Amino acid sequence: MTNIRNRLGSLPWVWSFVGAFATWLVTLVVSAGQGGGQVLTAALTFSAFTVLVSLGQMLVITSGPGNVDLSIPSVIALSSAVSMLVMNEQGAMIVPGILAAVAAGAAVGLANYGLIRVLRIPPIIATLSSSLITTSVAITIGRGLKIKPPDAFANLVTGKIAGVPLLAILALLAAIAIAIVLERTVYGRTVSAIGQSRRVARLADLRVEWTRLLTYVASAGLAGLTGALIAGFAGGNSLDQGEEYLLLTIAVVVIGGTSVAGGRASVPGIWGAALFMFLIVTMLNASGIPPGLRMLFTGLIIIAVIAIGGGEKALR
Amino acid sequence: MSRQALFATAERLLPAITLGLLLAAIFTEQPRAMSYFGLNLLLSLAIPIMFATLAQMMIIAINDLDLSIGSYVSLVACIGSTLLTSQPWLGALALVCGIALYAAVGALIEWRRLPSIVVTLGLSFVWLGLAVTLLPTPGGKAPAWLSGSMRAQPAFAPLPIYFAAVLSLVGWLVVSRSSFGVILRGAGGNARSVARAGWSLLGIRMAVYGMAGLLGTISGLCLLGLTTSGDANLASRYTLVSIASVILGGGSFIGGRVFPVGAVLGAMTLTLAASFLTFMRINADWQIGAQGFILVAVLALRAMLSRGREAA
Repeated sequence: MTNIRNRLGSLPWVWSFVGAFATWLVTLVVSAGQGGGQVLTAALTFSAFTVLVSLGQMLVITSGPGNVDLSIPSVIALSSAVSMLVMNEQGAMIVPGILAAVAAGAAVGLANYGLIRVLRIPPIIATLSSSLITTSVAITIGRGLKIKPPDAFANLVTGKIAGVPLLAILALLAAIAIAIVLERTVYGRTVSAIGQSRRVARLADLRVEWTRLLTYVASAGLAGLTGALIAGFAGGNSLDQGEEYLLLTIAVVVIGGTSVAGGRASVPGIWGAALFMFLIVTMLNASGIPPGLRMLFTGLIIIAVIAIGGGEKALR
Repeated sequence: MSRQALFATAERLLPAITLGLLLAAIFTEQPRAMSYFGLNLLLSLAIPIMFATLAQMMIIAINDLDLSIGSYVSLVACIGSTLLTSQPWLGALALVCGIALYAAVGALIEWRRLPSIVVTLGLSFVWLGLAVTLLPTPGGKAPAWLSGSMRAQPAFAPLPIYFAAVLSLVGWLVVSRSSFGVILRGAGGNARSVARAGWSLLGIRMAVYGMAGLLGTISGLCLLGLTTSGDANLASRYTLVSIASVILGGGSFIGGRVFPVGAVLGAMTLTLAASFLTFMRINADWQIGAQGFILVAVLALRAMLSRGREAA
């Protein structure tokens, strides 16, 4: 028994899947077995967006204590507008549109790192400042924009293969790719090393600053990609499409078992926690309780999960 | 004065210089703002932000971060515009419970050694949920005594100036001059040595979170007095604004380095930054961005000064 517990203890992400599964079961009971499949499809689709942005947030958080990307919502607002502008309802411009969205995100990521490095300010403040400016840019170019995504693009992001949403497959591939990068590449190992001790990483002659730059660019770039996908899914861009991802990404990363103190990432946990967070909201919706109490319970569940699963040395 | 000391002094004075420059720019563009009523109008919304900033500063002093202060301030405004008006005793009890909950969260964070950033994140949903339950649609009415006192027009200077002066003085006395302040900053600088000296870290964290709750409560009541009606999302942006104000005022996230006077000035600066571009008659779309540019500009100046100090 202790053996099993020890092994589970070294796999912190297991709990997020257990939680997600339990929540799904409760939802089935609450809705008397109706629509369990639809709930799962919806969960996979919406979790796919959450997973894509949270993977970037996870890289940033893993790169050390105090590292967090608050610019994600503003990047999504910006990139969804950029993608719709570039695509301009033409099927031939889908790929350039997606690339432009990713580039817009990457540019913000570059600015984030520049602020951190040049001004020597904490990442929270750097990404906060740049998100304020990015929001204004997004408002300027994106307000009142009524461009629909090209049909081919809309079909692609809402499409399914054998009942599985294409978006979920994309997010799964992205998660696998990031897991391989973290485990098998010099960049990935350096991210964890910096998170554990930046001083030691520097003394070991690792390319600390280059790695941090790539990490912030990757996070904002993934948010940029997600912005384009959300715009395609929702039938156009709107300025508040990214709002929920500010807190959601942090919650998903931490509930998934990634250490807030940095140095230890957990890729499978991102999927587990994203499903868990979506299913909690679905379960509370299905149970018919008023919206205020729903939020109250969501908050209590987040705190309970952290309080039970947590227990490491707090850094923040 | 040596060059090094010169740079250090400039760094310390930076929050005041920034605020002065911003005011000067506004007065040049709009001389009528340079009056009792103009200043009152410009700065009255800074009053609740100052309190929220000081609440955040207490938490930052012990190396934590509070992502729930904005929704807590909103909740207080909702309690104030409903319970406090209809059943004053019940309303007051609810506010006291809020402060107690804050202290309990501090205890939980210390006891289970949790990351404050995630706990307060969950807590923000709790506050928001309670606020929405209490006041599903914006409305309610502030108690007359509250809106009346926020409309007060004292002699010599408008109300926000008095608030800023008193808060700076009290904050400075408590954080920089009292024995509690020493323990507070010590817990942020080196918690282990504070614990070895016989202080209970659990007690310190509960006291700090409780004080943050109290300051957040005052912030919510002041905000309600100004707006006279509540809304569950009234102060949601306070969370990030308060963090930015603390940093703008010279504080840092680790090591127990916080400056109450700077934080108060930082809160006023960010409030003015929001209305700055309105006065400059520039597109309203850039109001949010303006706060970002001002943050970056001030922090760039500080980086230059600290590099100058190191080079000198």
